Amino acid sequence: MLSKRIIPCLDVKEGRTTKGIKFKQNVDIGDPVEMGRFYYEEGADEIVFYDITASNERRDIMIDVVSRVAGEIFIPFSVGGGIRTLDDMRSVLLAGAEKVSVNSAAIKDPDIISSGAEAFGSQCIVLGMDVKRVKPSVTIPTGYEMVINGGRTYTGIDALKWAKVAEGLGAGEICLNSIDADGTQDGYELTLTSLISENVNIPVIASGGAGSIDHIHEVLTTGRADAALVASIIHYETCSIREIKETLHARGVKVRMKW
Amino acid sequence: MIAIIDYKAGNLRSVERALKKLGFDCRITLDREEILASDRVIFPGVGAAGKAMADLRHLDLDGVLKQVFENGKPFLGICIGAQIILDRSEEDHVHCLGLIPGEAKAFPVPLMSGDKERLKIPHMGWNGLRLIKRHPVLSGIKPEDEFYFVHSYYLMPASDSDVIGTTDYGIRFPSVIGNRNLIAMQFHLEKSGAPGLKILKNFCDWDGQTC
Repeated sequence: MLSKRIIPCLDVKEGRTTKGIKFKQNVDIGDPVEMGRFYYEEGADEIVFYDITASNERRDIMIDVVSRVAGEIFIPFSVGGGIRTLDDMRSVLLAGAEKVSVNSAAIKDPDIISSGAEAFGSQCIVLGMDVKRVKPSVTIPTGYEMVINGGRTYTGIDALKWAKVAEGLGAGEICLNSIDADGTQDGYELTLTSLISENVNIPVIASGGAGSIDHIHEVLTTGRADAALVASIIHYETCSIREIKETLHARGVKVRMKW
Repeated sequence: MIAIIDYKAGNLRSVERALKKLGFDCRITLDREEILASDRVIFPGVGAAGKAMADLRHLDLDGVLKQVFENGKPFLGICIGAQIILDRSEEDHVHCLGLIPGEAKAFPVPLMSGDKERLKIPHMGWNGLRLIKRHPVLSGIKPEDEFYFVHSYYLMPASDSDVIGTTDYGIRFPSVIGNRNLIAMQFHLEKSGAPGLKILKNFCDWDGQTC
């Protein structure tokens, strides 16, 4: 039986690890290579590195981080943030990441998904989705709208429709982030997560809102997520990855218990 | 020296990184003389079966790999590199190397779990390995160890005697197969943490004989 994955997310700014609370008030909490190694040894099933300064600063700092991480941890890890072209994807993958995630670039140019999948394989291409709850309408029938620029810009695209389009284009996985829940520690957006997960045939990683182990349990069961992204809850030591996994295991959720 | 066959431009170098971490001398190579002179061969493979076989034939490496197998050199196939050692693959309906009789088959659709839930394809993530047979390369692997999988096709050797380990995902499929000096695994041992590195180290110390 496949295990549900627990995936720490590390925001990286200028080669240093931070955690954004609703994309503001960044607090520096360390070196990404050390943090990655620490979580690898703690039992993380995968790690996400998200370059939050990629849009306006040099990318070579991040590439260096990626290649140092790749020499230290032997589980899959992905890199997102500022991936816009096939060359961006190639340099991150060659530096040793298993996957790349595309977000706003894919909304502006959906072909990046298909050309990335063709060049590197679907298993490398993660679609990052930033979603906000809105009033259901003709264009947004589910009441979940795709947003970009950290939630500041609405795109007029329905989240479920976009997930299906991206799957058709060759995305291998979806990292689904609720902007409403992100940073609140009030729990994942369960309705959104189950809506997307039940309607696509690729794995869905739930993101945004984890404040307790109960929340993680909920999103992996009621929310139908294949994996849960965790950040503040572990960065600020509310609980450890081991505690999360032991609790889930005790409640009958299949997780990897030995590493 | 361990030869890592890299027949696809831009192949990810995770096997090389893992071997370096373990302290083994390895080289990513396409050179037939170097491959034939190496102590052992790792065939990682990425992408789709049709493209992988076309690239191998284009580079004239299919014959070299057959020779490596026949020479008795320890030979490890990983993921696509495990699938295309079989006779054929349902992916792209392609004829493969035929080192072990059998084929790579697509997961049945819909794929249902024991409690009647629809399972996603590809099979992506961590899953277990049930050992059917003892094998030196899998020594020290415990029933609770898990490995990282990403695939839509699975290994189906013609003979049960070539099945070394199985994994459950809707169906029970062979996830480690082998014959003589050849062992092949569906999961990415180079991305499977400590148990994966353990298998890689075992392979590097293996003399190519089965027990």
